[in-house]
Order: sequence, then C-alpha cells, then structure tokens
Amino acid sequence: MHELSICQALINQVEAIASEQAAQSVAVIRLGIGPLSGVETQLLQQAYPIASAGSVAEGAELVIDNLPLQVSCEHCGRTTEVLPNRLVCAACGDWHTRLVSGDELLLTSIELVRDEQAIIEDVRTH
Amino acid sequence: MCDTCGCNVTHGNAHLLQPGGKLSRTEGGHDAVSVLRGLLHENDHAAGHNRHHFDQHGVLAVNLMSAPGAGKTCLLESTIAALGNELSMAVIEGDLETENDARRIRARGVEAIQITTGSACHLDAHMVHDALHHLDLAGLDVVFIENVGNLVCPASFDLGQHRNVVLLSVPEGDDKPAKYPVMFRAADLMLLSKCDLLPVLDDFKPEAARRHLRNLANPAPLFELSARSGAGMEHWLEWLRREIAAARQATVVPDDVRTATSVRPTP
Repeated sequence: MHELSICQALINQVEAIASEQAAQSVAVIRLGIGPLSGVETQLLQQAYPIASAGSVAEGAELVIDNLPLQVSCEHCGRTTEVLPNRLVCAACGDWHTRLVSGDELLLTSIELVRDEQAIIEDVRTH
Repeated sequence: MCDTCGCNVTHGNAHLLQPGGKLSRTEGGHDAVSVLRGLLHENDHAAGHNRHHFDQHGVLAVNLMSAPGAGKTCLLESTIAALGNELSMAVIEGDLETENDARRIRARGVEAIQITTGSACHLDAHMVHDALHHLDLAGLDVVFIENVGNLVCPASFDLGQHRNVVLLSVPEGDDKPAKYPVMFRAADLMLLSKCDLLPVLDDFKPEAARRHLRNLANPAPLFELSARSGAGMEHWLEWLRREIAAARQATVVPDDVRTATSVRPTP
C-alpha cells in the first residue's frame, strides 16, 4: 500500500503550490496516471482523504485521468495500444518496442480558490 | 522526464493541454494551475542527490528487489564469499523489522546499515539518503541496497541506484514477470535464483520466465544461478565486475546532479 506515501507526496506538492499562489483552498486536483505507473487509482482515491486531512487540499476533488498504454515498434514502426503485461507490438508481435505512454504518475493541474481581498492586501504590504 | 523542458508532456497526456482540453480552461471561477510534475518529484530529487553522491566516489549502487524469501541476502553472502578479497562492498538493508539481514552481512565482514521501515512496504530515496550518512563511500567499489521483499511497491521509487537487479526464485513460478509487470520491466538484470531446485520443481521453465520478461519489452540479461550451490554464480559475478568497472570510469561533473525519473529502464 505505497499509495498512501504517494498521496502524502502529492499533498506536499499541492501545499507548496497553494502557498506560492496565496490560495485559500484547493478545489480540484487533477492527476494523470498510466497503467504501468505501479499505482492503483482506486487505492489512491481511498488514501486521499486520509493524506489530505488538515491540509489546504482537504475537501478538494481528486480527478484521475487514466492515460493510455501505447508502445512504438522498432521493427514495423507502428504505435499500438497494449496490455500492461504484454508490451509487444500489437501489430507485428515484435518485442522490441518503446513505451510511448503509460508509465506516467503526474500531477497535471490544480484549481485554486483565492481570496482576492487577501491578494490585494498582500500586494499592498509588499 | 524532467519538469523544465516539457518532455513530461507525452503522447498520452498532451491532449489535456490542447485548447478545449481539460487543463486549458478554468472551471467554476477557480484559478487553474498547470503543474505537470511527477507525483514523486521530491523522492526523485533526493534520488538524484544519492546518485550524485555515489558517482562522486565512483561507487556502483545496485538496487536488489524480489519477493520476500527469493534469496537476496543469500546471494549477497555468496557474493561476499566470492569477491570479498577482490572488491570493497557495503550493504544497505531494508526490512520492516529486525536487524537479522544486516547481522548476516556483518558476520561476513562487510559493513551493513539496516533500515527498518516499520510498516512501510518499500525503501524510498530519503531513507537511503539517511543511511548514506552512516556510510563512508571512500574506497568502496559497490553498495548493494537490499530493498524490502515486495514485488509491487519498491518498483515505484527511485533510490539513486545505477542498476536494478530483480530476483525470481524457482519456487515462485515462472509467470511472475507477467503478474508483476511494473517490477520486472524495471529490471536491468534478472536472476533466476534457487535453480538447484529446478529438478524438483520441474514445472518451472526458465525459458518461460525469459519469454514473460521479453513480453515486457525488456532486453535485460537473465542468468540462472544457485547462491547456495554456487552453480551459475560466475555469470552474475562477471556482470558485477563489468558494471563496477563502468561506474569507476564514469566521469562526474561536480554540479551535474543527475536526476533519474524513476527506476524504470531508459528507452
């Protein structure tokens, strides 16, 4: 269950960005995860409320985009969609392939709620 | 992949950034901030520092991964017995509890740092960093990092190693690479351990294990060995000597902190 560790790393990153942007809270966190990332999205969703409790991200919606698993074949040059335990070319069957997409474990974006008045005051004081 | 040049925008996620894509618009009056950074950014950063530290000393760092009981510690004991007079080694041991493995290594006259992870199912770069504070790398040829026995979680964490060695022991069955693709895809070398049991467990086919590994598009060499009997050990020892020689020759630019994105093999 390393999803909790990964979720804690996520919250650390989100807190740093929210602080940089003087955000009041976080509304949405969007991740992009590939099937070969080694992370179960369902477990991540379960770990998320625990990891985010008490942080600026508490209550934010966690949206996970499942990214496709694709390989490019060195033999026939085609790009095909494949399964996690069968990364051979789906077109010609050769195993000399290169991963095009599918191992991502990415924080793609976050949506912040900012208190405009606080930002204006912040600007004034600096 | 890095966080600066945009190379982490892949074929699979680029559409999210296009006009009309999920990341280009601001919903509900919120400020959308595009990040596109690996979730394990902090770990990968620490791993880069560890790797730089190894590189500065010309030390090869090998991350040993397998299921519990596949024979990682036994392999190290036999390796020490074979190369103890030739090479200078140290071991970082990862386990949930006990100093048992570190004791076994120390009994062979090699320095061992035990990391007890408590309930954590894997080592991360920060734990290895802490362990490195207790280890003098000067004069060493190789540091083995014996990861927590687990075919799932350790595969997601770069520790700063140069090479991943994944053991598959004969009693586990030859289809493990198909069942745990993330782990076996990360292997730079795969060792079939406990091969002295092949005559008894004759349903294990080394060729099938090799086929499953190739199905992951992984060209890693695969050696059959038994650390207990010593059979096949010479291939592993030869591989190790070659990798150590390569690590020694690698030149290090002082400010060049190399950051690997993960423990996955480079394409």
